[in-house]
Amino acid sequence: MSDYNFAYLDEQTKRMIRRAILKGLAVPGYQVPFASREMPMPYGWGTGGVQVSAATLTPEDTFKVIDQGADDTTNAVSIRKFFEKTAQVAVTEKTSEATVIQTRHRIPEEPLREGQILVYQVPIPEPLRFLEPSEVETRKMHALEEYGLMHVKLYEDISRHGHIATAYAYPVKVEARYVMDPSPIPKFDNPKMEMAGIQLFGAGREQRIYALPPYTQVVSLDFEDHPFDPSKAEHPCDMCGAEDSYLDEVIIDDAGGRMFVCSDTDYCATRQAAGHRGRLSAEAAE
Amino acid sequence: MTPLLSVRNVSKFYGSRIGCSDVSFDLWPGEVMGIVGESGSGKTTLLNSLAGQLTPDRGEVLFDTRADGMKDTVTMSEPERRMLGRTDWAFVHQHAHEGLRMNVSAGGNVGERLMAVGARNYGTIREEALDWLGRVEISGDRIDDRPSAFSGGMRQRLQIARNLVTGPRLVFMDEPTGGLDVSVQARLLDLLRGLVREMGLSAIIVTHDLAVVRLLADRLMVMKDGHVVEAGLTDQVLDDPQHGYTQLLVSSVLQV
Repeated sequence: MSDYNFAYLDEQTKRMIRRAILKGLAVPGYQVPFASREMPMPYGWGTGGVQVSAATLTPEDTFKVIDQGADDTTNAVSIRKFFEKTAQVAVTEKTSEATVIQTRHRIPEEPLREGQILVYQVPIPEPLRFLEPSEVETRKMHALEEYGLMHVKLYEDISRHGHIATAYAYPVKVEARYVMDPSPIPKFDNPKMEMAGIQLFGAGREQRIYALPPYTQVVSLDFEDHPFDPSKAEHPCDMCGAEDSYLDEVIIDDAGGRMFVCSDTDYCATRQAAGHRGRLSAEAAE
Repeated sequence: MTPLLSVRNVSKFYGSRIGCSDVSFDLWPGEVMGIVGESGSGKTTLLNSLAGQLTPDRGEVLFDTRADGMKDTVTMSEPERRMLGRTDWAFVHQHAHEGLRMNVSAGGNVGERLMAVGARNYGTIREEALDWLGRVEISGDRIDDRPSAFSGGMRQRLQIARNLVTGPRLVFMDEPTGGLDVSVQARLLDLLRGLVREMGLSAIIVTHDLAVVRLLADRLMVMKDGHVVEAGLTDQVLDDPQHGYTQLLVSSVLQV
């Protein structure tokens, strides 16, 4: 028994957060204010996601944390350890075995099934923020469904770059009502947001929680003559040969050499274990 | 024929001080009304009350809406009023930066109202923006520049294009030529006069510059201390002022 209450937060706080989550699920895409707590980690490290996870976890849960798709980066490891210590829940790196997955900037390649919960860490929950600095005004715009401004951002993209250059945090419309920031996931992941699992979004510093119930309609915004394109690097994975996964580009020498690998480490490892091989995997190099 | 805008006994107080008091007038389709007066006479308060930016304490502002005919804009719901604000109404601010998005390109500024009412075709929006930049004499190759790279006169013309792109029926202007030098002013006035006549716009122009109203306005109201002291046809009021204050105002204009 550790000296922490289960999952670090006190019961009243978890109750308050659960209330915000339920409200968020009832009004998909609506940003619910909540009394965000100080967490033992700096803002920007996932304090919102951690609070949502803490309010969601039960002792029977299996917990997985991914950071940019990887299970083994600093952020993922420290948050996983945090809940191992404060909640003594089982942890895993396997997407299929986890019941609660906290993620930063990716959706797992393997489709989630009903009953799984995906918790996003959100830096700036307000999609209109960079064009309209006033919170009073953006709230009014959400309330009155005045979303013309969101297209101004996309217009600016096309006029400057010739195409919609927004590659992450690509704005979406939920159930034909609220425009929502999907957190900084690559736009490649946007189509995956219509899923069987529950998606919860927590922004600690900005004190907002929002949510998507299973099978919610999520449409990426676009223009008729510049339709949404969930693009990725035009390569197969160099480790597992997957052609349908989101890839990281890695520079491997100072002579312009580079490789592309799945950003989802669990997906890549599972495929390699099943015998799939890519251009630069160990056996192929021999 | 019904008036486009019918103002009935509009009053606005700031605590015990009068902003404007008991103003009534009708504005007919295609008519340009000038409001002149010294600083602090309640011109801008009146304009903001009419345009829905301030809530008047008393009175009615009836607007001839496309759907329901005459409707009081003071008591209508906020979504309805905001909808009017981006379709049938336009508001040209004295300082262009208040009416523009300074970190969005000229094309985006003009296109915003189109996108706000549902335009979702980039090519069409861009064509329309180019057309409007041409109409306000901004060359097409500046379409992707931000207004912060524009001169004061260009910003003001961009603001006008941004407002008129959705074909509004009523334009509110608050000192549209304030802070511009005289040659730029002259060009802007010329442009405004052309657009107003060509589009058959109705407009309410607040200014302290009598030359502006002489050029643009059909009718004139003179305000002092929150009250309308004289109203009539522009030439009549300026050439044969009856009220003491109007006489003072007209005789104060410097002759070159």
